Amino acid sequence: MSEQATVAHKRHVAHEAHETIGFWRKYVFSTDHKVIGIQYAITGLLFLLFGFSLMMLMRWQLAYPETALPLLGRLLGDTRMPGGTMLPEFYNELGAMHGTIMVFLGVVPLAVGGFGNFVVPLQIGAPDMAFPKLNMLSYWSFYLGGVVMLASFFVPGGAAQSGWTSYVPLAIIASSGQTWWLIGMIFLITSSLLGAINFITTIIQIRAKGLSFMRFPFFVWAQLVTAFLLLLAFPPLEAAAVMQLMDRVAGTSFFLPTGLMISGQTLQVAGSGNPLLWQHLFWFLAHPEVYVLILPAMGIVAEIIANNTRKPLWGYRSMVYSLVFLGFMSFIVWAHHMFMTGMGTAMAAFFQTTTMIISIPSVVILTALVISLWGGSIRFNTPMLFALGFLPMFGIGGLTGLPLGLNITDIPLHDTYYVIGHFHYVVAPGTIFALFAGVYYWFPKATGRRMNETLGKIHFIGSFICMNVVFMPMFILGMAGVSRRLFDGGAAYAFAGPYLHWNVVSSWGAWILALFQIPFIFNFFWSIWKGERVGDNPWEATTIEWSAPSPPPHGNFAVIPEAHRGPYEYSVPGAKKDFTPQFEA
Amino acid sequence: MEIPYTVEVRRDTGLTNGKIGIWLFLASEVMLFGALFASYILIRTGAPSWPRGDTILNVPLATFNTIVLIASSVTMVMAWASLMRNRFGTFRIYMGATILLGLVFLIVKYFEYGAKFEHNLYPSTNNFLAIYFTLTGLHMLHVFGGMVVNAYFWGPGSKLWKTNPTWFTQRVEHSGLFWHFVDLVWIFLFPTLYLL
Repeated sequence: MSEQATVAHKRHVAHEAHETIGFWRKYVFSTDHKVIGIQYAITGLLFLLFGFSLMMLMRWQLAYPETALPLLGRLLGDTRMPGGTMLPEFYNELGAMHGTIMVFLGVVPLAVGGFGNFVVPLQIGAPDMAFPKLNMLSYWSFYLGGVVMLASFFVPGGAAQSGWTSYVPLAIIASSGQTWWLIGMIFLITSSLLGAINFITTIIQIRAKGLSFMRFPFFVWAQLVTAFLLLLAFPPLEAAAVMQLMDRVAGTSFFLPTGLMISGQTLQVAGSGNPLLWQHLFWFLAHPEVYVLILPAMGIVAEIIANNTRKPLWGYRSMVYSLVFLGFMSFIVWAHHMFMTGMGTAMAAFFQTTTMIISIPSVVILTALVISLWGGSIRFNTPMLFALGFLPMFGIGGLTGLPLGLNITDIPLHDTYYVIGHFHYVVAPGTIFALFAGVYYWFPKATGRRMNETLGKIHFIGSFICMNVVFMPMFILGMAGVSRRLFDGGAAYAFAGPYLHWNVVSSWGAWILALFQIPFIFNFFWSIWKGERVGDNPWEATTIEWSAPSPPPHGNFAVIPEAHRGPYEYSVPGAKKDFTPQFEA
Repeated sequence: MEIPYTVEVRRDTGLTNGKIGIWLFLASEVMLFGALFASYILIRTGAPSWPRGDTILNVPLATFNTIVLIASSVTMVMAWASLMRNRFGTFRIYMGATILLGLVFLIVKYFEYGAKFEHNLYPSTNNFLAIYFTLTGLHMLHVFGGMVVNAYFWGPGSKLWKTNPTWFTQRVEHSGLFWHFVDLVWIFLFPTLYLL
C-alpha cells in the first residue's frame, strides 16, 4: 500500500471508531485532550495579543510622556486618558495587568495548557489524559479566571494597579480592582493545580508499552517537572491570596504593620502584621513560576532541534538530570528577588549561593542544545529558525541574570529597566519564540496542514530584529539607573535625560514588532483551511505523536503504539532512512 | 472511550490513576496549609504580644470536636472496609455516620464562631483571631467539601456499586484519604490555636 493509501485507510478506520457527540460536547465542553489543548492555546494566544496591546499603550506613554495619543487615546475615556493623555493610575493598571496577563493568562496556558495537553498524551501514546473531566474543569476554571481579570478593568477605580507582584501594603489599600485580581488568581491557581495533577498522573500511568522514563521525549520530561512545580509552588500563593483577601475584605492585618501612615493619617487596623511575609509567599511561587515559563519552552526547542539537525540530542541523560535538579533547586532561590528588603547578609549569602548553583543546570541544558547542532545537516525551516533564535536570546537573558543573582551587583540594578530587560529576554524572545516554534512544528499534527514557510520566515526575521530593538535599550537605561516604575519613563529625573531617547527606540521596536505578528495571524488562519496538505509525519520525526493520524481522532491512535527505542534515533548508521521512529518495531 | 488503569492497577507502578491523583492533590494541600502554618509562625514571632489560645477560645468544645472528627475517621475506614467485605448495607450506615459526624463538627464550629462574634471578637480584632478565623475557616471549607463528596457516594454515586464494585470501593477509599487528611489538619490546628 502506498503511503497515501495508508493515510486514507487510517482515516477511514478512525472515522468508523468515532463516537457521535453533539456540537457543544465536541467543541465547547469537550473532554478530549486535543480539543482542550487547542482551546487553551487559542485563549492563550488571544491573551498574549491583549497583554501585548496593553504594553503598546504603555510604550506610547514612555516614549512621549504627557503627550496625547492620537485617535485611540480619546476612545479610552476620561477616567483613563482624558483628552488622550494617559493618567498615572491608568499607566499603573496597564503595568500590573500586562504582567499578570502575560504570565498567568498567556504563556502558562499556551505552554502548559496548550502544548502540554495537546502533545503530551500523543507523545506518550495515550488515548487521552488520565482524568478527562478534570481536564475540562481545569480549562473552564482558567477561562473564568480570565473573565474575572478582564472584568476588573470596568469596576470603579479600574483594574489592579499594584504590579503583577501585588506588593503589600500598597495592594491592600488599592481600589476594588485588586479584590477582583485576587479572586481571578484563585481561579487560575485552581486551574493549574488540577492540570498539574492530571499531567503527572497521565505521564506516570498512561504511557505506552515499552516507554520507560529514559525513552521519554525531552518535552515530556519538561512537562513532568513543570507539573510538579505548579503542584507544589502554587498553593502557597493561594494561601497568600486568601490572606490578602482577608486583609482587604475582613479587615485583618496579616500584612499591615502597626502605625502604618497613609496620606498623613495612621491606618485604623489592629496592625503587627508583616509586609515581608507577602513577598516571601509570593516569590515562593513566582520563582518556580519562572521555570514553569521556561521549561516547556526548552522542551519544545529540544524536540525541534533533534528533528531538524537529524541527530540525537547531545547528552540527553545529563539534560534530564539537569531538568530535575533545576526543578528541585527552583524552590530554594526565591529570596534573590528580595535582596533590597534588608533581610540580612546571612540570608542573602544563602540565596545568592543557591542562585549561582541553579544557573549550572540551565547552562548544561543550553550547552547540550548548542552542541547538538554540531555536525548536523540542519534544515532551516520556520520551527527550526525560531528554535535557533531561542538559544542566543535565552542565553542573553540567562547571562544578564547573573548580576541580579549576586547581592552586591543587584543593589544598583534592582528595580531598574535592567531587570525588565533581563526578564523579558528570558520570556519574550526566549519562551515566546519557543512557543511560536511549537505552533509551526505541531500545526500539521493538529490540522493535517503545514503553515506557509515564506510568511513564517518573514514573521521570524521581523520578530527577531524587533525583539532586540525593544529589549536591548532597556539594559542601557537600567545601567544608567532609570527606575522601571516611573510612569513618565524617567523624564522627571535630570540624570536620566541623556538616555531617554532609548525609550523612543524601544517603543518603535514594539510597534513594528506588532506589525510583524500580522503575517503570523494571517498564516495561522489561512493555513487551517488553505495550507499545504501533509501526511502523518511531515517532519520525518521519531517520536510517537507522529504515528497518529493528522488530525488525530477521538482516542488518538489507529494502531495502539508501542515504544521500541529511545526518542531521538536519527541517522542511525546502517539504517535505510535517516530517522528510526520510536513506534516502529 | 476507556482510559486505561482507571480501575485496574498498572503493573509496573502498582497503582491506579485515582490513587496517584488523590495523593498528588494531598501533596498540594500540604503546601497550602504548610504556607499558612509558616505564616502563623512568622506573624506570631513578630508580634509584640500574643494571647494564649485558651484565654480566648473554648478548649472543651474544641476537644469535643477533635473526638468527633477522629470518630468520623474511624467510621470512614469502616465504610470502606464494609465495601471490601461486600456488605453494602453496613457501608451505608457507616458512611451516613461519617457525614453526620462532619455535620456535628460544623454545628459546634457554628456556635463557637457565634460566641466570638457576640463578644465582638472579629478577624479584624487582632492577628491571633485573624489567623484563627482564616485557618479554621479554610479547614471548615475542606470538611464541607469532604461531606459533599461523601454524600454523593452515599446517595446517587452509589449506583456504581451495582455495575463496578471495585471502582466504587476505590472511589470511597480515595474520598477516605481526603477525609483523613482533613482530620489530620485539625489535629495540627487544635494544639496550635487552642493550647499554645
